[in-house]
Amino acid sequence: MPYFAGIDIGSRGAKGCIIEDGKIVSYFIGDTGPESVKTAWYTFEGTAKPVGLEVKDMTYVVATGYGRVLVPFANENISEISCHAKGAQYCLPSVRTILDMGGQDCKAINVNEKGVVTKFIMNDKCAGGTGRFLEVIASVLGLTIEQIGPVALTSTEKFPFNTVCAVFAKSEALTLLKKGTPKADILAGLHDAIATRCHNLLKRVNIEKDFTITGGISKNTGMVAKMKEKLGLEPVLMEPDPQIAGALGAAVFARERWLAKQGQPPQ
Amino acid sequence: MLANYGYVDGTGDYFIVIDTDKCDACEECLRVCPERVFEVAPDAYGKRVARVRDEVVTKVSYVCPGPRGCYASIDTNCQRVCQPGAIAHTWGVAAAVVEEE
Repeated sequence: MPYFAGIDIGSRGAKGCIIEDGKIVSYFIGDTGPESVKTAWYTFEGTAKPVGLEVKDMTYVVATGYGRVLVPFANENISEISCHAKGAQYCLPSVRTILDMGGQDCKAINVNEKGVVTKFIMNDKCAGGTGRFLEVIASVLGLTIEQIGPVALTSTEKFPFNTVCAVFAKSEALTLLKKGTPKADILAGLHDAIATRCHNLLKRVNIEKDFTITGGISKNTGMVAKMKEKLGLEPVLMEPDPQIAGALGAAVFARERWLAKQGQPPQ
Repeated sequence: MLANYGYVDGTGDYFIVIDTDKCDACEECLRVCPERVFEVAPDAYGKRVARVRDEVVTKVSYVCPGPRGCYASIDTNCQRVCQPGAIAHTWGVAAAVVEEE
C-alpha cells in the first residue's frame, strides 16, 4: 500500500506523520534545531525508522510549518493553516473551530465538513501568550513546561496580570516571587491572560461546536481548563496527540494530491 | 475563505481581510497598491487568489496606512478597484464595512 508522509517544521517543535490506508502508521515529535534541512531529515527518520520505512517508500510527501520550504525530500509544501484544519477535521469530523496554540504563534480557524478552511486569523507578530512564553515563565519559576499546567490548576486566588508581553510578564513574575506570591497563583494569572488573548482572537472567527485545541499548549491541562471557562465550550482534543494536527493534515493532503495526480477523485 | 492577514497590537487591530470566495485573481490590487502589499498565488486547494505577502503580514500597519490614508487616490485604492469587493481593512475607512457584515 502507498505511504504518505507529512512533515510539520514548527517554530519550536518538528512533527512527522506517516499514513497508510487513511490510518496513522507512525508519528514523531522532536525539537526544531537551528538547521532546517537537518531538522527535516531527523524528523523524517524519527517517524519512519521505528516502522522500518525509508524516504523511497513514500509515495508523496507534503511539508508544512515555518520551515516548510527547507524540506529537501518534500514533493510539495502547503501552508500550516490549511494543514492544521485538514488534520484536526480528519481526526474529529465534527470539529468546526480550531485554536492552534503553537510555539511562537496562535491561530484561530473555522473549518467546514470537508476540511476546507472558511475563516482564519493568525497572530505571529509577538510571542506573548505562546508556547515559548510559557517556557520562559516556567524557567523563571524553576518548573518544567509539563508541570506548569497542573500547578496552575491548584491555585486558589489567581494574580491578575495586565500583560502577556514575555519581557514584562517575566519581570513581573520575578517581582511577585520575591514577595512570596505562590507559584500557582502567578501561573493561574498568566494562563488567564493568555486565554483572554486567545479568546479575543477566536472572536474574529465563528466560535462553533465542536471546538478543539491543537499544538503544544493543548497538552497543558491548566490552559485547556481556562479556555473552557472563557468560551463555555468543552474542547474536544484529538487522538493520539493534538500536537501532530499539522503533520497529519500534511499527510492527508499528500494522499489527496497523489490521488488527484492519478486522475482519481479524492475520497 | 475569509483570510485575515495582520495582527493586534497595543494600538488596535490591523488586519487586511480577503474573501477568497469572491476574489477572481484579476490582479487589480497588485497593480494599484503603491506598497506592493498583495500577491496572487494558488491557495492550498489550488485556486489562484490574492493574498498579503508574507514579508508584509507582520508589519502591515507600518506599510499600509489603510484605505483613507492611502497614497493612491481614494478612487484607485485596492478596496475601490476590487470589482468583486473581496478586500477589506479593519482599520481606516473599512472598519464600517467590516461591521456592516
